[in-house]
Amino acid sequence: MSSANHTLTTEAPWVRRALIAVALAFVTLFLLIPLIAVFWEALAKGWELYLAALIEPEAWSAIKLTLLTAAIAVPLNVVFGVAAAWAIARFEFRGKSLFTTLIDLPFSVSPVVAGLMYMLLFGAQGWLGPWLAEHDIKLMFAVPGIVLATVFVTFPFVARELIPLMQAQGQDEEQAAMVLGASGWQTFWKVTIPNIKWGLLYGVILTNARAMGEFGAVSVVSGHIRGETNTIPLHVEILYNEYNFVGAFACASILALLALVTLLVKTLIEWRIARQREGAKERTLEARLAPVSTH
Amino acid sequence: MTIDIRNIRKTFGDFVALDNVDLTIASGELLALLGPSGCGKTTLLRIVAGLERPDSGQVLFSGQDATHTHVSERQVGFVFQHYALFRHMTVFDNVAFGLSVKSRKERPSKEEIRERVMKLLKLVQLDWLADAYPSQLSGGQRQRIALARSLAVEPKVLLLDEPFGALDAKVRKDLRRWLRDLHDEIHITSVFVTHDQEEALEVSDRVVVMDHGHIEQVGRPDDIYESPATPFVTQFLGDVNLFHGRVDGGSLTIGDYAHSLGQQHAGQSDDAVAYVRPHDLDVSRVADGALAAGTVEHIHAVGPVVRIELAQIGSGETIEAALTKERYRELGLMLGDTVYVTPKKVAVFLKDQAQQDYVI
Repeated sequence: MSSANHTLTTEAPWVRRALIAVALAFVTLFLLIPLIAVFWEALAKGWELYLAALIEPEAWSAIKLTLLTAAIAVPLNVVFGVAAAWAIARFEFRGKSLFTTLIDLPFSVSPVVAGLMYMLLFGAQGWLGPWLAEHDIKLMFAVPGIVLATVFVTFPFVARELIPLMQAQGQDEEQAAMVLGASGWQTFWKVTIPNIKWGLLYGVILTNARAMGEFGAVSVVSGHIRGETNTIPLHVEILYNEYNFVGAFACASILALLALVTLLVKTLIEWRIARQREGAKERTLEARLAPVSTH
Repeated sequence: MTIDIRNIRKTFGDFVALDNVDLTIASGELLALLGPSGCGKTTLLRIVAGLERPDSGQVLFSGQDATHTHVSERQVGFVFQHYALFRHMTVFDNVAFGLSVKSRKERPSKEEIRERVMKLLKLVQLDWLADAYPSQLSGGQRQRIALARSLAVEPKVLLLDEPFGALDAKVRKDLRRWLRDLHDEIHITSVFVTHDQEEALEVSDRVVVMDHGHIEQVGRPDDIYESPATPFVTQFLGDVNLFHGRVDGGSLTIGDYAHSLGQQHAGQSDDAVAYVRPHDLDVSRVADGALAAGTVEHIHAVGPVVRIELAQIGSGETIEAALTKERYRELGLMLGDTVYVTPKKVAVFLKDQAQQDYVI
């Protein structure tokens, strides 16, 4: 592209600079400064206090519970998300649009309402509460309830990521595999999964981020029992309300750190995809330049 | 392997894709399913492959009922219009796929697979691309890989869905000839779907012309071209001029003109439509045996054939005639001249037969 061409399609320099400045100011003010503030506050009274706040039993229990919740919710939603995306992208059936809408429900419903729904169903005064109490099953104010609420709010991520991808790819390749003699299972593992793996990974990352950070729904069903049913976000709130700023920000920084790691993984994945494409381009060039056999 | 298609019916909602179709495909032949889009040709091919289930009817492979055999067990090769190569696999792995998914008992050893794949890649003249990914190949190369992949499992039938549909004209022509040669070499029963009459007539042993879910005509390419059985086939196979008139006492009357039909339609009497291809239409300055008169509107004299467009006197409809350069010079045609058109060959269909006019 020539530079003359370039000036034809862009704005005047001062407009460009002004736009960039506005964008940078926005990002700094609303994203960067708060993030730095979290770590700043957490470390305000020094490393020792920071570490002490983290290995304190209640905080440590919150961290473990958060990781456990994510470890259950993510695989469950991967299985469900792939199955749902497969059903929606590959088959025509009655009630398909209703199903598609239902998948989006957790996005459109406030997490607090989601939590309340579970309370209404499984709580002591809820519909199934007496029966559960009779059989000595404790869902609300316990770990299973937290997992349930988390699964609910992270329900759509994987499916939403995969449905458009699988619809765009079509089912020609899967049909080709079957014609070649592959069983349904072989087709799934050798053709479907490799084709959706990046989208799936991206869905997993989003699910994971949300599962660890969820506050509203979990807050309703958790009961806030210290050292037992507090996840990191809940624990942060409690500490903050008790004016334990170092503790609150230390836990918050752990959450922020987990989020940053997630983002880093995401960026790495995107970088790898880009590099793969680049490599493919180069190899194409080589292939084109290679000697052509005669017909 | 012979394929018997018996009374196949398939509907999608209210749309009848196939209306009780019967067809026998002989062992080793290369058959073309030809027709406009929506005529049911692809559906029929997919039913034979097992990718689609018929509402009723049977598909027999070598006399054995295969209607309910699962697609993965039919041992057919299927080439998709858009290639459907596995994008995350190299060309080699694509071709090897069918062999590598076989159960451990039937699966050839790694070396055997390697040998067979390379042999097939040589057959399609692309062995130098074994390590490339599909996205790095051109359309024609992809289609040849798709073909090699389908041949790897030694299918009993090869089914091709618009195999050259997505390619540009030049590559298409080359591949067409190449497919013909390949078929002569390996002689596998093959069926391919196309909407391009030239492709069907050039490549295949037999052509099946379809429209609106049923078969209009089955025959050798030259038979179909020379003696189309229905008005639809006549129109679908190439440019054609229509003349509405009447058959009476062995001659065709159009307005003031009468043309003797000889033995054809003797003793019949009805409204009729006559179809004449542009190259079967002679232009002359005398009215002898003419079908109509017209004024010369356009003359396209590029290439070996001179195409003349005439406005029919009376109806004003356009008549197209293709003349040789010599004939054109001999006539000394000028724009605005009034001339007569005489058919060298005409296909006449009586009214009740001609009702289903072809609409694109």
